[in-house]
Amino acid sequence: MLRNIVLAAGVTTALLAAGPASAAEKKTIAVSIPAADHGWTAGVVYHANAAAKEINKAFPELEVIVKTSPSASAQVSAIEDMSATRKMDALVILPHSSEELTTPVKAIKDKGTFITVVDRGLNDPKIQDLYVAGDNVAVGYNTAQFLVEKMGGKGNLVVLRGIPTVIDDERIKGFKDGIAGTDLKILDIQYANWNSDQAFKLMQDYLAKYPQIDAVWANDDDMLLGVLEAIKQSGRKEIKFALGGNGMKEIIEKVMAGDAMTPVETPYPPSMIKTAIYLTAAHFAGHAPVRGSLKLDAPLITKANAAEYHFPDAPF
Amino acid sequence: MADVAAAPPRTQQNWSIGWGDAGPFLALAALVLIGFLINPDFLSANNIANVVTRSAFIAIIAIGATFVISSGGLDLSVGSMAAFITGVMILFMNWVAPSVGTAAIPLGMAVALVTGIACGLLNGTIVTVGRIEPFIATLGTMGIFRAFITYMTDGGTVAIDRSLRDAYRPVYFGDVLGVPIPILVSLAVALVGAYVLYRTRYGRRCVAVGANEDVARYSGISVTRVRTLAFVIQGVCVAIAAICYVPRLGAATPTTGLLWELQVITAVVIGGTALRGGRGRIWGTVAGAVILEFIANLMVLSDFVSEYLVAAVQGVIIIIAMLIQRMSKR
Repeated sequence: MLRNIVLAAGVTTALLAAGPASAAEKKTIAVSIPAADHGWTAGVVYHANAAAKEINKAFPELEVIVKTSPSASAQVSAIEDMSATRKMDALVILPHSSEELTTPVKAIKDKGTFITVVDRGLNDPKIQDLYVAGDNVAVGYNTAQFLVEKMGGKGNLVVLRGIPTVIDDERIKGFKDGIAGTDLKILDIQYANWNSDQAFKLMQDYLAKYPQIDAVWANDDDMLLGVLEAIKQSGRKEIKFALGGNGMKEIIEKVMAGDAMTPVETPYPPSMIKTAIYLTAAHFAGHAPVRGSLKLDAPLITKANAAEYHFPDAPF
Repeated sequence: MADVAAAPPRTQQNWSIGWGDAGPFLALAALVLIGFLINPDFLSANNIANVVTRSAFIAIIAIGATFVISSGGLDLSVGSMAAFITGVMILFMNWVAPSVGTAAIPLGMAVALVTGIACGLLNGTIVTVGRIEPFIATLGTMGIFRAFITYMTDGGTVAIDRSLRDAYRPVYFGDVLGVPIPILVSLAVALVGAYVLYRTRYGRRCVAVGANEDVARYSGISVTRVRTLAFVIQGVCVAIAAICYVPRLGAATPTTGLLWELQVITAVVIGGTALRGGRGRIWGTVAGAVILEFIANLMVLSDFVSEYLVAAVQGVIIIIAMLIQRMSKR
């Protein structure tokens, strides 16, 4: 009797063990990203889920899990929970902030997990196996170059900044470098926190303050929407260009339609998360060496190439 | 039902403008003077119209908040609620637009009002029947409404149907005899609000409950009903603000109405309503909302401070405005 029980227990244990053993050959890629709280992060979530679905279907030996977190501390908890409850072969992470995530990600790296960092770097670049990011400096620089060329190097500009962060600083620096040495003059530069409402108000104030504005740069498309409404309401005719950045669907559609005020756009594509997940998958599924860093270009989106950046189903 | 709170001298006192009530208007006048000295463009008709128009949202919501706060409550959910109502309204209008055309707009407004009443009723019931501190209860619903709008928009944007855009646009951008419509709406809301708060039995009970809940209860006032109704009034005001807001940018996003609750509370307090309850000032609240928007406008029109310090200066000006008010009371 006792022997039978022990035997049965033994068989059950063996069966239970066999299950996870065959599943263990499946490689797990965990994706940790910020929760969708505005346009760009909504795009990131959309593209991360799309990549997970496609890879899970195409590569049965890989499993991609996407986890979103509303804050840096929630993200730390999420990756700790994931690493405690399952074997993570790779972690693709778009950190909320560099400082807070560096130590927790290092702890996961120390367990032998392949680390892919996206967009915002960690404080210690040695932690990452792969780094994928856009080029914020180029977002500003290329927009500036377009304005310099189209406006013959002279005119009055107003600029709207986002939220005080490295990303915003880099874009502004790129823009200022881009117009350096020309007669394009930045009349004013203020924060509108990447928010269309605040951008609407700020643009109204700029219009009240300056009788002659030749072009506006909003550094992000959410803000550009507010700017365009304020210009439309004012009925002012002298503004030749109002440009944004990031690649919002509505703005890409303007570019495709040949809008006179917004003829170009610079991408900081949320789809970079997809690039990162695919490259990480290639490391496991394709035995391809993918260690290194990849900086995506921020070429001007024009009527000619806009379709490449247009995702009609994405929320952004 | 006994009507003890309706003490006759009160009415008289409320309709004569005392120095105490003039505080926010003095602060407003000081700000206008300073604004003119800094940049004469500040007083251009266009600028004033723009600034007062966009202060309308905060003013309308803050009129509702005057009821909640003077009755001893607090509503932290108004910003999220505004975003939520905006989202519900846009989705509804887009849904019915193909079949009913521009009639979708009045229908959408009705839906917005119903949603606002429901949201207010939810807040009020949690606070009164559930006996949860208003601060915590509305902190909870603040998260709920914000999550709903984020969910409805997939974290991105829901835009109003193109076919409705031009028809709806005048509600924010239009004017009657040169006065922008949002200003007229907020004046109408303020008139009704002032009448209800100062002239009706409900208004006096509202203030009585805020002044001393126990005394009010012993006087036969249903504290539950008075407080719940204050939250419902708040919900209606948020819905009216949302109705004026939708045509401005024609879209709802998860960042719509972010931090409005703090602006609203600031406007109410600058206006002379006691944060602890027991005293409400409708016109002061309106002045408070305009003050806040003037400050932001002035910070852009002046070139005095670095863009990094704008928020600090705004904070200082708000505190000075409160001090002017405090001194004018003595």
